[in-house]
Amino acid sequence: MGAVMGTFSSLQTKQRRPSKDIAWWYYQYQRDKIEDELEMTIVCHRPEGLEQLEAQTNFTKRELQVLYRGFKNECPSGVVNEETFKQIYAQFFPHGDASTYAHYLFNAFDTTQTGSVKFEDFVTALSILLRGTVHEKLRWTFNLYDINKDGYINKEEMIDIVKAIYDMMGKYTYPVLKEDTPRQHVDVFFQKMDKNKDGIVTLDEFLESCQEDDNIMRSLQLFQNVM
Amino acid sequence: MAAGVAAWLPFARAAAIGWMPVANCPMPLAPADKNKRQDELIILNVSGRRFQTWRTTLERYPDTLLGSTEKEFFFNEDTKEYFFDRDPEVFRCVLNFYRTGKLHYPRYECISAYDDELAFYGILPEIIGDCCYEEYKDRKRENAERLMDDNDSENNQESMPSLSFRQTMWRAFENPHTSTLALVFYYVTGFFIAVSVITNVVETVPCGTVPGSKELPCGERYSVAFFCLDTACVMIFTVEYLLRLFAPPSRYRFIRSVMSIIDVVAIMPYYIGLVMTDNEDVSGAFVTLRVFRVFRIFKFSRHSQGLRILGYTLKSCASELGFLLFSLTMAIIIFATVMFYAEKGSSASKFTSIPASFWYTIVTMTTLGYGDMVPKTIAGKIFGSICSLSGVLVIALPVPVIVSNFSRIYHQNQRADKRRAQKKARLARIRVAKTGSSNAYLHSKRNGLLNEALELTGTPEDEHMGKTTSLIESQHHHLLHCLEKTTGLSYLVDDPLLSVRTSTIKNHEFIDEQMFEQNCMESSMQNYPSTRSPSLSSHPGLTTTCCSRRSKKTTHLPNSNLPATRLRSMQELSTIHIQGSEQPSLTTRPPPTTSK
Repeated sequence: MGAVMGTFSSLQTKQRRPSKDIAWWYYQYQRDKIEDELEMTIVCHRPEGLEQLEAQTNFTKRELQVLYRGFKNECPSGVVNEETFKQIYAQFFPHGDASTYAHYLFNAFDTTQTGSVKFEDFVTALSILLRGTVHEKLRWTFNLYDINKDGYINKEEMIDIVKAIYDMMGKYTYPVLKEDTPRQHVDVFFQKMDKNKDGIVTLDEFLESCQEDDNIMRSLQLFQNVM
Repeated sequence: MAAGVAAWLPFARAAAIGWMPVANCPMPLAPADKNKRQDELIILNVSGRRFQTWRTTLERYPDTLLGSTEKEFFFNEDTKEYFFDRDPEVFRCVLNFYRTGKLHYPRYECISAYDDELAFYGILPEIIGDCCYEEYKDRKRENAERLMDDNDSENNQESMPSLSFRQTMWRAFENPHTSTLALVFYYVTGFFIAVSVITNVVETVPCGTVPGSKELPCGERYSVAFFCLDTACVMIFTVEYLLRLFAPPSRYRFIRSVMSIIDVVAIMPYYIGLVMTDNEDVSGAFVTLRVFRVFRIFKFSRHSQGLRILGYTLKSCASELGFLLFSLTMAIIIFATVMFYAEKGSSASKFTSIPASFWYTIVTMTTLGYGDMVPKTIAGKIFGSICSLSGVLVIALPVPVIVSNFSRIYHQNQRADKRRAQKKARLARIRVAKTGSSNAYLHSKRNGLLNEALELTGTPEDEHMGKTTSLIESQHHHLLHCLEKTTGLSYLVDDPLLSVRTSTIKNHEFIDEQMFEQNCMESSMQNYPSTRSPSLSSHPGLTTTCCSRRSKKTTHLPNSNLPATRLRSMQELSTIHIQGSEQPSLTTRPPPTTSK
């Protein structure tokens, strides 16, 4: 990976053997302080070259440029952490609470589970979502729904996702959101998706069911020209 | 939605794919991006400094100048850039607003210049970010106060056409410099206040002995004299108070004001003393009432600005003073208690009770140290020293706040006074400049017509008399000339601000010689200088030829009564006469350049 990690300070952690109580406390305090500072020092991440990204994704150079400029504007350090991600996403849904759904989204973007999304991850995911094949898009969506990444979607995961989506609407809706609406929604979903009725949706079931549904197919094409 | 986040909209829309399988109903159609322009760089040339940004950056705020099609008015086809003839420094802040979504206020910038620029670009100042908003508001408030100050003083100096007697009196009371009578009144009352206060003081001085009795204070020795003085002062004060009561526009508010209360308190004791007879019981109370006579000294606050500022400062520092008082009280109680119990053991101790110890604590904390009460035990001495040390601290803390408040208000007042004083000189200089430019018009008019006359008469003489005027000046003069032609009136120069004299002669701009002479004679017999000449009676035999056809005539001096200025002017001007002004230099030949 051509990633360059720039550190802004050259603080080294002091390695002291904790001998007495007071000294031990002081050492811990120093370590925590230094850890905090180290966190701040892992700041600058630069993505791979434009050509490489162009080869890896389905975007043109110009589109990548526009994407990167927007990305860098909001995240000057080059990586998005979950907090920033949630803040950005929340700005698009001012009436509701988008943090839960943003959390799931973040986990879907952060394929390596490092806790931060670099520009490459961002662009790769976007490439799938906007320019990918139907198969790829559906697989990505399956990955999003599969919260614990075990390869199966069960009802609880689905209810969480659907609740998160409803949360984004906010409190002031018409008709007013009832308590068991998410559950009912999930039941409908499972009826459609769960072919063998075992309470779990696998990837193949998901792919099959979605491809049968015209509505879903059509809606997947909606965002073709977003860029 | 913040502007910068708009770049992430594609991502948000892409992430919506996650809702699709869950949705029960079909999705609405996406809006088509009809003119999918590639984002292009725009060059903004502000007074020579080139700024470049993306078009989409500017379009984030479509209700501003740069974000809307209004900027097309500034597009320069030749250089393919947008040119603004404005301040590039402030433009930097404006452009940063588009880029970051936050508007900042640079501290070195003048507030009104900044406001002007914001108004030009169509940006509301309310969106200034929190980091700079406080500073902006403070500066704006200061500026507004200054403007109000200027307006007030301006209004004071305007000669109002007709004020009622009551209003003139009120103005005279508020500002003694408006008329001589007010000034006299001001000084007279000041004098009597001083006399009254001095008599109060001198009354109590022992004045030598009367044979056969003990030493008497002057008040009792010369009681009649003092009584007369007192009566006189009180009469003056009463008259003044009644006049002040009559004058103000809102009597109720006046009665409630501090100064009027002081006035009342100053004169009441006398009247109460008159009313009360020599009743033994109440004479004690009567003596107490005399104490209130000392309040007359507060009447001086009308005369002294410093005193007023002090009062205002104390009022505005009420919270600091309250804090001072509170902390002092706390400390006094604590230390008094401690001292009392410390000194309880010692014999013949003066610290008989806690309230008695209050006196010691106050005297010690304010570092007075009379020495009438001193601790004798060791513990008492220790606590006493702690008490005096802490006293210094407690008092020293709130005092600088009060001092700085006083200083700020005092200097503000000084600045206001200085501005007012400078303003007069400034206005005078501005007036001269204005008359210069207005005279330039008349002179150019004269010269222009002179040239025309010369052309008509065919004599190539004195063409250099026409001084060169810039294009703008000549256009301005042409405009004024058109106005004259439209209205049939003409401009005269006889007082600094142009005044228009109505002429009964229609379509005739310039005064005929004879008429002018007649005018001069008439007006010279009236008060000179007159700003409004009497309406001219139509003189039989007046030529009503068009003004441009004027033949050169030499002037005869009709009247030796004419003042020297007019004489000179008539000598100098050969064809067209302008009624002489008090500024002879302007009518002498050739006029100096008066370009601004």
